[in-house]
Order: sequence, then structure tokens, then C-alpha cells
Amino acid sequence: MSTAANPLHEITTAEYKYGFVTQIESDTVPRGLSEDVIRLISAKKNEPEFMLEWRLKAYRHWLTMEEPRWANVHYPPIDYQAISYYSAPKLKSRPKSIEEVDPELLATYEKLGIPLKEREILAGVAVDAVFDSISVATTFKDKLAELGIIFCSFSEAVQEHPDLVRKYLGTVVPYTDNFFAALNSAVFSDGSFCYIPRGVRCPMELSTYFRINAASTGQFERTLIVAEEGSYVSYLEGCTAPIRDENQLHAAVVELVALDNASIKYSTVQNWYPGDKEGKGGIYNFVTKRGKCQGVNSKISWTQVETGSAITWKYPSCLLMGDNSVGEFHSVALTNNYQQADTGTKMIHIGKNTRSTVVSKGISAGHGQNTYRGMVKILKGAEGARNFSRCDSLLLGDKCGAHTFPYIEVRNSTATMEHEASTSKIGEDQIFYCQQRGISAEAAVSMIVNGFCKEVFRELPMEFAVEAQKLLGVSLEGSVG
Amino acid sequence: MLEIENLHAKVEGSEILHGIDLRINAGEVHAIMGPNGSGKSTLAKILAGREGYDVTAGKVLFEGQDLLAMTPEDRARAGVFLGFQYPVEIPGVSNMYFLKTALNEIRKYRGLPELDAMDFLVLAREKMKLVDMDEDLMNRAVNEGFSGGEIKRNEVFQMAVLEPRLAVLDETDSGLDIDALKTVARGINAMRRDDRAMLLITHYQRLLNHVVPDKVHVMIDGQVVRSGGKEFALELEEKGYGWLEETEKARA
Ligand SMILES: Nc1ncnc2c1ncn2[C@@H]1O[C@H](COP(=O)(O)OP(=O)(O)O)[C@@H](O)[C@H]1O
Ligand SMILES: [Mg+2]
Repeated sequence: MSTAANPLHEITTAEYKYGFVTQIESDTVPRGLSEDVIRLISAKKNEPEFMLEWRLKAYRHWLTMEEPRWANVHYPPIDYQAISYYSAPKLKSRPKSIEEVDPELLATYEKLGIPLKEREILAGVAVDAVFDSISVATTFKDKLAELGIIFCSFSEAVQEHPDLVRKYLGTVVPYTDNFFAALNSAVFSDGSFCYIPRGVRCPMELSTYFRINAASTGQFERTLIVAEEGSYVSYLEGCTAPIRDENQLHAAVVELVALDNASIKYSTVQNWYPGDKEGKGGIYNFVTKRGKCQGVNSKISWTQVETGSAITWKYPSCLLMGDNSVGEFHSVALTNNYQQADTGTKMIHIGKNTRSTVVSKGISAGHGQNTYRGMVKILKGAEGARNFSRCDSLLLGDKCGAHTFPYIEVRNSTATMEHEASTSKIGEDQIFYCQQRGISAEAAVSMIVNGFCKEVFRELPMEFAVEAQKLLGVSLEGSVG
Repeated sequence: MLEIENLHAKVEGSEILHGIDLRINAGEVHAIMGPNGSGKSTLAKILAGREGYDVTAGKVLFEGQDLLAMTPEDRARAGVFLGFQYPVEIPGVSNMYFLKTALNEIRKYRGLPELDAMDFLVLAREKMKLVDMDEDLMNRAVNEGFSGGEIKRNEVFQMAVLEPRLAVLDETDSGLDIDALKTVARGINAMRRDDRAMLLITHYQRLLNHVVPDKVHVMIDGQVVRSGGKEFALELEEKGYGWLEETEKARA
């Protein structure tokens, strides 16, 4: 019906840029899950007895649980015995400095845009690099230690700071919490640990870069951040994986604890392999993230940009216990091709005058399905609690879907709630307007979508906001139609 | 500069343009007038490459090139500018960023170096003066929450920054009070040049009091039924379009 082909159909597909595989010898445990496998993982990591006990309790509990089916996502049953639960690059000995890290691994991170060598290190950003099941390097560790900040791999924390781990592990997300959290608690292999002492403002961004490399393995990492009274930290995680035809399971747990007057800003740029154009392959990203605003005037702010994964199932949440504590959730979730996302947040208001803000931007393209699922709960004692929520959906094309499920539960009459929602379609008129000014259809789509997400990008640390914008552009290529 | 020959076009199956012929030379300003629904905006959109319109016969040459074979963005880069009758909003994208991106795309196409933010700002400030535009509007999202007058001023401002070879201005005068009309007209006049052509589409004659055209065409029911000099516009103002429609029917 048209003189020119529809610009929404014309845009060509870009390859997933991070889809390469690193050839490196790995130490991988046989597929399958049993108490023996858990003992093996724990032994490989030379863990103290309390850790093994905790893992086994989690495993036994997991056996009694059923996989949740309430999310608006569809996938064939996962065979938990077909997954290998531990894979680590073979290291002659644990590297003591970055100079000792296998050059093949350094090259991998280099290729991903994450230089680890001291000379080329990202200024102002400390990085913990997690490769399959283990952390291979952490930068700026010594510099941070001078301030009393602990930033290291979870395994190292278990060895060096067992009391802190024991004190906080599972206090925000207990192993009984849900099916995937229980599984993670049983088999988690590594992750990051941050501890910010009282009154310290962490002078740089802390970040973890997760990379799945090995085939047929699951990745189960665990992150724990504790911000003592009056401290501040900004933490960022990024993730990628090779292109593989089979689906891979990633079930992570993140726990945050903010004490009196402490503030934690947690940002995610998730770009796990999303599967191909026909929906083959891709990561199942089933993640439990929760923060506890334990102290008065504490604040936890989640910002996420979710562009990858075949399926995303995650609800970064805040337990607002301390009086005047603040919870925030800023999210961009993009689903293209056959990707599915069911994501949102839970804001549980427990203390007085607690405040929460939810801003969710869902973008659906291709056959993508995007669900916002959010809960705001105001408990009896939450005098004067306030919530503001906004969920906007943008549709590109007519084969995709956007769904919104807000749950609200108010048990205190002094609470104030505001909820706004919108769904819009990216307009051909908008694209044409840009084209008429010399901007290509593809650049126009990327510009319009970035404009739609602006409020969320503003929350990201500067360096990553630019990356996130580019990522969104790349993820949309070939999408629109 | 622009040669339109026997242009027929359909939208959603029905023919809207029934053979348009039009020739505009460099340095000339032409006006197309005509009642609502006669196909003026359709012609403008086809020149700019809006999809959804089926050209069933005829051709359009722009500086000797087959305009209809070019993508919309390449037409813009080659120097065709359309001032929209109803410009759209682009939430979250600042006017400044939008226009800088556009200008640099056009400069790239013409083999010129891109302008950085500072150079662009200097240029933009100079052009803002042409239409008394408030710098405030530069930092707002494209057309979002703009008043009717601000939207039209913004279109003329964009034209001034992008410096097209051919500017098609679709009802740039509609919805303006007399002061705003004068400002917009001043901006358009400042853009007249020997090597630039303009096509003003308007429903009313009043814009033409301020921007005096070289030629005036009347379009009715998808055809140019009469053309004349600048005084023709005054005659139309006096008599309306009715008598032309009558003669059209009589001829058919
Ligand atoms: N997208 C469209 N779908 C259907 N009809 C259209 C469309 N665009 C324009 N038309 C029709 O084409 C005719 C000319 O419209 P238009 O070019 O906007 O006229 P003008 O600008 O002269 O007022 C009108 O009858 C209008 O209804
Ligand atoms: Mg019109």
C-alpha cells in the first residue's frame, strides 16, 4: 500500500556483540544435583562448616518446593539434573594480583570493554569480574581497603570475613523465600561482597561484571552489600553470555542491607544473550533481589536496564523498615524478537513516613512480551507512608504485547498512593518527522525510545548511562515491525 | 529546481491527486492555495516521502534527480525541507539534541564536518533571533507542550538551521495571531535566496501579504486548476474558491 517499504520493517538485524566463546580449560562438575554435588562445591571452595550446613538446609527445602508458574512467561520444563552447577576456569593457583590472571581471561574482559589491567583500568570504577562460577579479578581492592571498605568476591569474603557473611547471609532473602532463591542458596558459587563501614562514602563506583562462558552450566551468583550507619555506595552490575542454541539458567540472589542514614544505589545493565530471532537459545534470568532499609532515614535505590535474556523474572524490592526510609525502583525493560520479561518491584512500607517511587518503562518489539508486576504494600504501622508509581509501555509494531499488574494493599488510612499508567505505540508520524529532518528510521527509533526512557537513564551513573543508551539502540535493531 | 509532472497518487485505494504539474525554479517562491481536503498536504507529504501514499503515475525531479526514488532521509539530506502542518511531539528528546543530530546528518551527507555542541549552540542562537524564539524551547522536548505559535516558529527555526534548497511550508501560518504571523513571515523572508526555492501551502491569503510569492496556484480536488501572479491571491481572497470549483465542474 505504500511508496516506500515500511521503515518499521526495514531495519536490519545486528548480531549480539558479546556472543563469542573463550577457549579456556575448565573445571566443571558433572551435570546433576544432589547433596554430594553441594558438598563438592563447598569443598572446592574450602568453605567453613556453617556454609555447608546452610547450603544443605537450602537444598533440602528446595526439594519440597515447586517451580513458580504465576509469572506471565512461558517455557518448557527445566531439567535440573541436566545442568552442571559448577564450572570454573582452571587456574594454576589463585592469582594474587591482576598480573597473574590468565591472559585469555583478561583478553575476554578486554573484548567486553572491561579492562582489568591496572594501567587501563576504568577510572573511578572498581570491578569484580566473575567468569562462570568464580571471581577472577577485583580491581582497586587495596585502595578501597584503606577506607575500610571491603569489596571482594563472595568466596573470598567467606574465607576472610566469615563473621560478616554469617551475620547477614540470608537475612534479606532467606533460602525459604522462593524456588529459585532456594536453589541459589544451595549451589551458589560466587558473586560479590561489599561492606561499607560507618560514615564512609565510597569514593568510586563498585561494579561486578558477570560472564557466563561454559556450555550447559547454570550461573548462580550471590551478592551481598552491607552499608553501615551513615555510609553510601553506588554499585553496578553488568552481564553478558555467549550465543548458544540451548537455554541456560541464571538464578542469582542479591541482598542489600542499609542501616541508619545509609544509602545504597544499585544499578544493573543486563545484557545476557537474548536468543536468536526465532527465539532459539538465550538465558533464563530468574533472579531475586531485595534490599532492607533497616535503619532510620536509610535509602535503597534500584535502577535496572534489562535488554537481554530470553526470559526475565525479577522484582528488585525494598523492605522499608526504618522510619523515614526511602525505596526507589527505576526500570527499563526491553523485549524484542521472542523475549519475555515479567519484572517489577515490591515496596513494603513498614516504618513511619516511609516513601517509595516506582518508575517503569517497558518497551516491546517484535514478538516480545513485557509484563510489569508491582506490589505496594502499606502495613498498619506505616503512618504517613507515600508511594508514587508510574508504568509506561511503548509498543513497536503489532505482534508484541505489554501487560501491567499492579497490586496495592493499604492497611493504614494515612497513606498516600498515586498510580499512573500509559501505553503508547511508537508512531510512524514520529519516525517520519525525524526522517524528514535527515535522521534515518533506525536512528529515529533509537532516539524516540531513548527519549521514552530518559527518566530512568538519568538515574544511572554517568559512564553507564551512555552505554545503556547505545545498548538500547543495538537491542532494538531489527526489532521494529 | 523542482519539476512535478502529471503526478497521480492514491491513499488507501482512492486517488487523491489527479495529475499535478508544477515547476519551481531556484530563487522563486510559489504558493499553493485551495480549499480543505483538496490534496495540498498530500502533495507535500509525497514530496517528502511519507509512506502510505501510492504514486500511480507521473514523476518528480529535484535538481534533476528522481526524487521519488530516494528515501525520506536522503531527500532531507539533499535539501528538501517540509514544515509540517501538524508537527508531532517526541517526548524525552530535547529540541536541541534533535536538531543537532539532524544538522549533523545533513552535514555528513554533504561531506561537511559535524558541529560540536558549542558550535551548534552559537549557530542555533543566531537563528533563534530570526523568529524571536525563546532559548527555553531548545531545552524542552521536541514540540511537547508547545503553544500553536511556538510549534510553527519552531518549524521555521528548524528550516533556518538546516538551510534547505527547497522548503515546502504546509500551513505554517495557520493558528497564528497577527504578531506571530508577522514574526514567522519575517523568518521566511529572511530565508529567501537566489539558490533556494519555496513552496508555501496556505488556506488563507493573509500570509501572502507578508511573504509575497512569485506565483500562485489553486488546487481543487487533486488538481491545479489555475495559476497566476501575486495579484491572483488577492482575487481569490475576494471571490473565494467557489467560482473556480464551478468552472472546474463545467469543464469536466
Ligand atoms: N491517510 C489518509 N487516509 C485516507 N484519506 C486521506 C489520508 N490523507 C489524506 N486523505 C484524504 O485526501 C484528501 C486530501 O487531504 P489533504 O491532502 O490533507 O488536503 P488539504 O491539505 O488540501 O486540506 C482528503 O479528502 C483527505 O480526507
Ligand atoms: Mg493540509
